[in-house]
Amino acid sequence: MKKLLALLNSVHQFFQMLIGHTMGRIGVILIALVLTAAIFAPYLGTVDPQATGEREDILNAPSTRHWLGTDDLGRDIWSQIIFGSRVSLAIGLITAFVTVVTGTLIGLIAGYYGGMIEEVLVKIVDFFMMLPVLPLMIILAAVLGPSLWNIILVISVVSWPTTARVVRSQVLSIKERPYVEAARCIGAGNARLMFGEILPNVLPLMFAQAVLMITYAIYDEAILAFLGLGDPTRVSWGSMLHFAFESGVMSRSPWWIGPPIASIIMLIVGFSLLGTAVTDVMTPQYREAKGL
Amino acid sequence: MGLELILNLTGFAVRKAIAAIITIFAILCVNFLIFRIAPGDPVRMMFKDPRVSAKQLELQRQKFGIDKPLAGQFVAYMKQLSRGDLGISFWQKRPVTEVIAERIPATLALVLTALVIAVVLGVALGAVAGWRNGTKLDTFLLTASLTLYSIPTFALGIILLLVFAYFLSVFPLGGIETPASGYEGFEYIKDVAWHMFLPCFSIILWYVGEYVLLTRSSMMDVLGQDYIATARGKGIRESRVLKNHALRNALLPVVTLTGINIGFAIAGVIEAETVFSWPGAGRLVYDAVVKRDYPLLQGVFLLFAVSVVLANLFIDLIYGFIDPRIKVGAK
Repeated sequence: MKKLLALLNSVHQFFQMLIGHTMGRIGVILIALVLTAAIFAPYLGTVDPQATGEREDILNAPSTRHWLGTDDLGRDIWSQIIFGSRVSLAIGLITAFVTVVTGTLIGLIAGYYGGMIEEVLVKIVDFFMMLPVLPLMIILAAVLGPSLWNIILVISVVSWPTTARVVRSQVLSIKERPYVEAARCIGAGNARLMFGEILPNVLPLMFAQAVLMITYAIYDEAILAFLGLGDPTRVSWGSMLHFAFESGVMSRSPWWIGPPIASIIMLIVGFSLLGTAVTDVMTPQYREAKGL
Repeated sequence: MGLELILNLTGFAVRKAIAAIITIFAILCVNFLIFRIAPGDPVRMMFKDPRVSAKQLELQRQKFGIDKPLAGQFVAYMKQLSRGDLGISFWQKRPVTEVIAERIPATLALVLTALVIAVVLGVALGAVAGWRNGTKLDTFLLTASLTLYSIPTFALGIILLLVFAYFLSVFPLGGIETPASGYEGFEYIKDVAWHMFLPCFSIILWYVGEYVLLTRSSMMDVLGQDYIATARGKGIRESRVLKNHALRNALLPVVTLTGINIGFAIAGVIEAETVFSWPGAGRLVYDAVVKRDYPLLQGVFLLFAVSVVLANLFIDLIYGFIDPRIKVGAK
C-alpha cells in the first residue's frame, strides 16, 4: 500500500513536470484533442464515415451539411477524420505496447545474461536495424494482407530492435550497481534479479521509448495506408490520402487533402513534443535547473 | 609503423567486408522466407479460376519449383540469384532485373542530389545552432527541425505538389522530363533539374531537420571539451577554433548517422517518388504494391537492402580512416 502511494506520487510529480515543460504542455494538448475525437467519435461524427452519398453529395465543398465537404464517393470528410483518429491512436498505442514489451524483454535478457546469449541477440538486433524499414514493412504487409492487426504486427517486427538496444545498454550499467549485487548475495534468483531489481529501474526509459514508438507507429501506419496497404474495412487518415491521390481530382478538392494531412501532422508533432519533454524531464540537469 | 598501419587497415577492411557478406546472405534468407510464410497456395492465388484442373496446378507448381521441400527450393532460389535472375514481373511480363535496372539511374540522381544538399545545409545550420546555443536563432532552428522532422515526406510532398505544381504552376506535376520535348544536352539537364526540384526538396526538408539536430548536439558536446578552451586560451581566432577544432570533431557522429540513416532515408525516397511520379526504384515499390506484383516487390526489396549494407560498409571503411581515436585492427 505504501509502495503504491509512493508510485502514484511519483507519477503525479512526473506529470506535473511534463505540464510545466512548454513543449510537453503543447504536446499533451494536441494529443488530448485527438484522444477526445477517438473516444467520442460516434457523438462527434455527423454521419457514418463509410456511408457513400447520392450523386449530389459527391466532392462537395465544405458546407453546413458536410462541415469539411465530401470525397469522390460522397463520404463525409469530417466524420472520416473523427473516426480515423481511432485507427491512428489504436495502432500507435498497441504497437508501442507490443514493441516496448518485446524489446525490453530481449534487451533485458541480453544485458543480464551476457556471453553467447548476448552476442547472438545483439547480432540479430544489428541485423534488423540494418534492414531498410519501409520496404520491409511494405513487403510484409503485402504478403500478409491488409488488416489492422497485420499492420500492428508489421510495424512491431521492424520497431522492437531500437528498444532492445537501448534497454540492453541500460541493463549493462544497472546490473553492476551495489543493490543488485546485494540482492544476489542474499540469494535472489535470476528472475527475481531481472524483474524485481533491474526492471523497475528501466521503467522510465521504457516510458520514453513508448512515446517514441507511438510516434513512429502513427507515422508508419500513415505511410502504409497512403501506399494502399491500410485496413480496407476502416477509415484512416493515411487511406483518405491514398484515395484522394488515386482519384486524380486532388487539385479540385483541397478540403479532401488538407484535413487528413493536418491531423497526421498534429498527432505526430504532439507525440514528438511530448517525447522531447519526457527525455528533458528525465535528465538530472533539467531537474536541477528547475530546482526539483 | 607504416606497414603495420596498412596491415591493420587491411585487416579491418576484410573483417568489415566479411560481416557485410554474412548480412547479405541473411537478407537473402529473409527475402526467401517472407514469401513462404504467406498464407495460402501461391499457385491457387495466381489461377483463381476453378476450372483449372488439379493436374495443371501441379504442373505450375513444378514450373515454379514449389513442389520441392523448402531446402530444395532454397538451393534453387540461390542458384537463380547467382545468375542474376530475380524472376519475371507479373505486371510488366519482363525479367525483374531488367525492370529494376532501368529505374536505378533516376533514383541515384534524386537521392545523391538530396543527400548532398541536405548534409551540407544541415551540418552548416546545426553547427551554427550548436555554437550559438541558447540564442533565439538556436531556438528557431531547433523548433523548425523538430517540426520538419515530424512531417511525413509524402504529406509534405502532396502539399508542395498542390501549391507549386497545381495552383502556382511553377513546377511540373511529375515525371522526370517533359514528354516528347526533344531536348538535348544542357537543355535536357535543365529540364530534368526542373522536374527534380520538388521531389528533391521534399526529401531534403526531412533530412535537413535530422542533420541539424545531430550536428547541433554533437557541436555542443565538442565545444564543452578542454581542448577547445585550450585553443581559445592560446588566442586562436574563433573562426579557426570552430573550423579546425570544433567542427572537425563534431562531424564524426554525423558520418555514423549517415550510415545508420540510409535504411530510413529509403523511406523518404519511396514516398517522394510516389507522390511526384518520379520513374525510379521507389515509385516501383508503389506500382508493385498496387499491381500485387510480388516478384518485383521482392526484387526491389533486395536492391534496397543490399544497397544499405554496401553503403554502410563504405561508411565504416571511411570511418576507420578518418577517426584518429579508432586504432583500427588494434583490437
